Amino acid sequence: MTLIGQFRDWLINFMPEWAAYIVAFLVGVVAIIAFVLVMIIVFIYLERRLIGRFQVRLGPNRCGPEGIFQLIADSIKLLTKEDIVPAKGDFWVHFLAPIVTFAPALMVFAVVPFHKGVVLTDLDVGILYVVAISSISVVGIYMAGWGSNNKYSLIAALRAVAQAISYELPVVMAAVGVILIAGSLSLSKIVEAQTIPFFLLQPLGFFIFLLGSMAEINRSPFDLLEAESEIVTGYNMEYSGMKFGLLYLSEYGHTLAASCIITTLFLGGWQGPLLPPFLWFLIKVLLVFFVFLWVRSTVPRLRVDQLMAFAWKCLLPMALINLLLIGAQVLWFPKALPWGMMVVNFAVAGILILLWSRLFALGGGRVEV
Amino acid sequence: MTVLDIVFWLLAVISIGAALAVVFLQNIFRAALFLVLCFFAVAGLFITLQADFLAVAQVLIYVGAISILIILAIMLTREMWRGNPGGRFQLPAFIIALGLFGVMVWAVINTSWQISAELPLVPTTAAIGSRLFGEGGLLLPLEIAAVLLLAAILGAIVLVREK
Repeated sequence: MTLIGQFRDWLINFMPEWAAYIVAFLVGVVAIIAFVLVMIIVFIYLERRLIGRFQVRLGPNRCGPEGIFQLIADSIKLLTKEDIVPAKGDFWVHFLAPIVTFAPALMVFAVVPFHKGVVLTDLDVGILYVVAISSISVVGIYMAGWGSNNKYSLIAALRAVAQAISYELPVVMAAVGVILIAGSLSLSKIVEAQTIPFFLLQPLGFFIFLLGSMAEINRSPFDLLEAESEIVTGYNMEYSGMKFGLLYLSEYGHTLAASCIITTLFLGGWQGPLLPPFLWFLIKVLLVFFVFLWVRSTVPRLRVDQLMAFAWKCLLPMALINLLLIGAQVLWFPKALPWGMMVVNFAVAGILILLWSRLFALGGGRVEV
Repeated sequence: MTVLDIVFWLLAVISIGAALAVVFLQNIFRAALFLVLCFFAVAGLFITLQADFLAVAQVLIYVGAISILIILAIMLTREMWRGNPGGRFQLPAFIIALGLFGVMVWAVINTSWQISAELPLVPTTAAIGSRLFGEGGLLLPLEIAAVLLLAAILGAIVLVREK
């Protein structure tokens, strides 16, 4: 029984059944939206301050103590800006694009378990739902590129789509490894199956999922379509005011969603000793986000051919090998699962990563397409 | 009228309206977006039938992949800003479509649909998996389809590869 279910059963004492359903559901949805928005604010603040630290500068620290009100000032600025629609753009497509991009980021959280039984709906096809829903935001990016009636926006959107489709495959294949061990698609059951976090059982799958997610949410070093240091930013170039704000929010929303999914699939979700489960969940999510930031401030941006080659020649074959390995282990050596598997998989992951890095070192680091 | 009926009619109206918009809109990009909406409404219909796996697969494959491919194809079309002008085959196409519609309506009305009072299986994924991959399942057709798709992908690569 989920927490929402208990709340609904308690509400039935006061009101008719249908009203109890609606009220319980609305409370759950509002709680999740509040969680997402608060976490996005935390993420943006952390990103700006931590990137500042990484680059040996201060970051925004003037507005309020340690600069915590900087984001509020920025939001007010965005809200009061003029909303400009390109004269020959497609008004409705331009208008709907930020919404179509942002809504999937919120919808993912419907199946994320924050605690034992604290989940909006515990779908039996949970992880598949996450993959399906997050693929919709690509349509939103496309709409933004098209509706702007600007060739640079459109090219950026096309790039984004190529990138998202390429990296979808290794990500899903890495997730299949988790499903094989857990024996369920439901995210709650996957968390409960992790007496040992899955990143220890299948390190290769974890790395592939981490890198693939970073590419899917367009974070550095895969942020080709945004490239903020170039002259134009990308598909969101013709946006201003709160529409731009929504596109900006949706980037962080997808980052938060990816952090939550990685935490749930590989880091044991809310499980952990001593501290309360929800706190463990938050700590792990922030840890994953910190790794994203760390990579962003360390690794230079990939070129577009390197990006595609990395997905198709590097991550995809490794994901296939990982899937084969995990499948064989689950099928033939179910008894040897925890420790033997851990040793073997770490060894295989190390060898494969070394091997592939050697392959890519050929030709002085240049990649041919 | 139960809640399920209301949801069904809502989804039915949305999906048929979106499908009509796909056909009648002059702007091809908007037509493709309405196709996405139509796929979404169909996924909703699957959910009302308790076919959760099917609904998610519908969104994943049709919204996430097929519609993106359609939009990519539109981008590669020459002179697409002209929209979707009517050709010489407007009338014959309409007659054939009407005939096809008639056949489908006739088939739906004259089929004796099997209705089961049993509750749907939960979870559905295990049942689908064992039907596809289990003993006496559909393993061979599935593998043949996979090989066919692989051959199609390889063929596409060979076609577009620079000499």
